[in-house]
Amino acid sequence: MAPCQVRVPIDSDGDIIIARQKGRALAAELGFSSTDVVRIATAISELARNVLSYAESGEIRLEAMNSRNRCGLAIVATDRGPGIIDIEQAMQDAFSTSGGLGLGLPGVRRLMDEFTIESTVGAGTTVSATKWCRR
Amino acid sequence: MVPILKQGHVLIATIMAALSDEDMRQFREALLDRVVTSRARAVIIDVMAMDVLDSFATRTLREIAYMTRLRGARTVLVGVQPEVAMTMVQLGLHLEGVATALDLEEGLAYLDRLDRRR
Repeated sequence: MAPCQVRVPIDSDGDIIIARQKGRALAAELGFSSTDVVRIATAISELARNVLSYAESGEIRLEAMNSRNRCGLAIVATDRGPGIIDIEQAMQDAFSTSGGLGLGLPGVRRLMDEFTIESTVGAGTTVSATKWCRR
Repeated sequence: MVPILKQGHVLIATIMAALSDEDMRQFREALLDRVVTSRARAVIIDVMAMDVLDSFATRTLREIAYMTRLRGARTVLVGVQPEVAMTMVQLGLHLEGVATALDLEEGLAYLDRLDRRR
């Protein structure tokens, strides 16, 4: 049985790779298809980079969910950065305030099955994205 | 980090493992240096070992291709894995203006055909 939770602190760009390698291992262990494993690893990469670019540091938490008829993997990216003023705008393709491509969040939503953002200006942002696999 | 070999007028760069953003930037600089010093006519970048091509990696590859073109050389990207290709499409990432081929052999064959057409 896969470990229930993995926490990866995000402080440098090397941590992005560590986070996505851990996510890849966890997803493979849960039985996700090879395409879903790449989708999950890519989503982790985008979310971890957002943490670095907007908040300088934060955490990626990976949660494995395992039940009789399905399994899931949740990526929870948390930071104590400046927060997102206009979430609707941040969810539009090609919108970015950090000089990036601005594809991060809407792209991640397309890669995953469930997606939520909670953000408080001045306090930080938590993005959760979950992928499910059927048994 | 990324070996760059010269074969005739072609530079072949093989990315051997996942690269951090900083490694990716260093690779871009090293490759562009080699394009200038070696007067290469083409660059083949093999990304077969890259498990993820995210927005940053894709943008850097596009920049390399564009800068290389400004030096009069072509870039061919080879070895994009099928799962990676599917994910890139879903993520909305584009490699417009970058030629692609299945693998190194096909990449060299593609450049060969272009040369003969001249």
